[in-house]
Amino acid sequence: MTESVLSLPDKEYMLPGNRTCAGCSLGIAYRHILKALGESTIVTVPASCLTVLHGMYPITSVNIPCMNVTFPSTAAAAAGLVAGLKAIGKKGITVVGFAGDGGTHDIGIQALSGAAERNTDFIYICYDNEAYMNTGGQRSSSTPLGATTTTTPVLGKAQHQKDMPAIMAAHRVPYVATASSSYPLDLYEKVKKARDIMGTRFLYISTPCPPGWLFPPKDTVKIGRLAVETGMVVLYEIENGGFRLTGASERLAAKGSLRPVREYIELQGRFRHITKDQIEELQRWVDSRWEEYLARQTPRPPDYSTLQN
Amino acid sequence: MHTIDCGHISSVSSPSIGEAGRTGDWRDSTPVIDPQKCIPMKRNKPSCFLCWLYCPEAAINRGIPVEIDLEYCKGCGICAEECPAGAITLVEESNLTIR
Repeated sequence: MTESVLSLPDKEYMLPGNRTCAGCSLGIAYRHILKALGESTIVTVPASCLTVLHGMYPITSVNIPCMNVTFPSTAAAAAGLVAGLKAIGKKGITVVGFAGDGGTHDIGIQALSGAAERNTDFIYICYDNEAYMNTGGQRSSSTPLGATTTTTPVLGKAQHQKDMPAIMAAHRVPYVATASSSYPLDLYEKVKKARDIMGTRFLYISTPCPPGWLFPPKDTVKIGRLAVETGMVVLYEIENGGFRLTGASERLAAKGSLRPVREYIELQGRFRHITKDQIEELQRWVDSRWEEYLARQTPRPPDYSTLQN
Repeated sequence: MHTIDCGHISSVSSPSIGEAGRTGDWRDSTPVIDPQKCIPMKRNKPSCFLCWLYCPEAAINRGIPVEIDLEYCKGCGICAEECPAGAITLVEESNLTIR
């Protein structure tokens, strides 16, 4: 079923007046993720911007139970909750580990890999703002080539991003998907789908960050959309090993062309020191990755519901 | 949401709006909706609501009239940017006339 703006639930689990920066895309993503998950959900959150969103004791701005855990233990704590709920016989509760790119790509990867290897029955969501934004913007392994951060202040980062969804897909978990905060309906559908699957489910969400990427807060959605249109972020899902481009990326593949990466880079202050060679290298990286995805694209299963016989 | 006292020492927060205070105070310009241009308000029929979809603060309602909660709106301007009808303009706080 395809969702529309009118079919989304009214109930907000993320409440207004929280601590996120103006124009934070995590707010957009989190609102719709919680709408998709519903109230029978427990999240575990390590040190991250999401902890900031959840707020300071004794008040929280989120209407569902959350356990604040240490940086490397998001997935371990979530696995513990799953085991605990099973032990006391509680069913129908979705456990979600929710961490940033630092807490997933760098610090949380061993606990996550362990949980995925055991196929622990939980959802792990990584929102990727491409640096340690909560602590002021230090480089992470998800920072793109050429981006300036507080720890790569002069020349920009010299390496490409780590491909975390591919690492998770290599664990052969039942469901891996990528999404973007600029396409909330696509995101909502993927979270809803993930909710009803058993086993480890991994979602990667691109979340542009105005103060960290240095663009005006009003452009958050536009930048996220450009990331997809230039191929810096590719929307896909891998269901039981079957790879399929989805949403905007599927439409781009049908159209046959991506926009040049330069258009995406130009609008962000974090790329102010990027060299011509680095832009070309980034473009090559995007193109080769895109070719790879196109080659892996499995055709959509035939839709028998439209046949008349 | 209530919590059960199980005898352990724990610190449980309670949910509330305005956890960070009146975040509307962060704003330097205010979004103003033009009811003549806003698609659902003009048609008087639920439609569009892209401002509601993209608001990172959950400060816009999905109803008619479309209203922005200025107590908490941080003035990011995403709604004005994404409105397909150009019905929302950001007005600088100092130029805002109180109606």
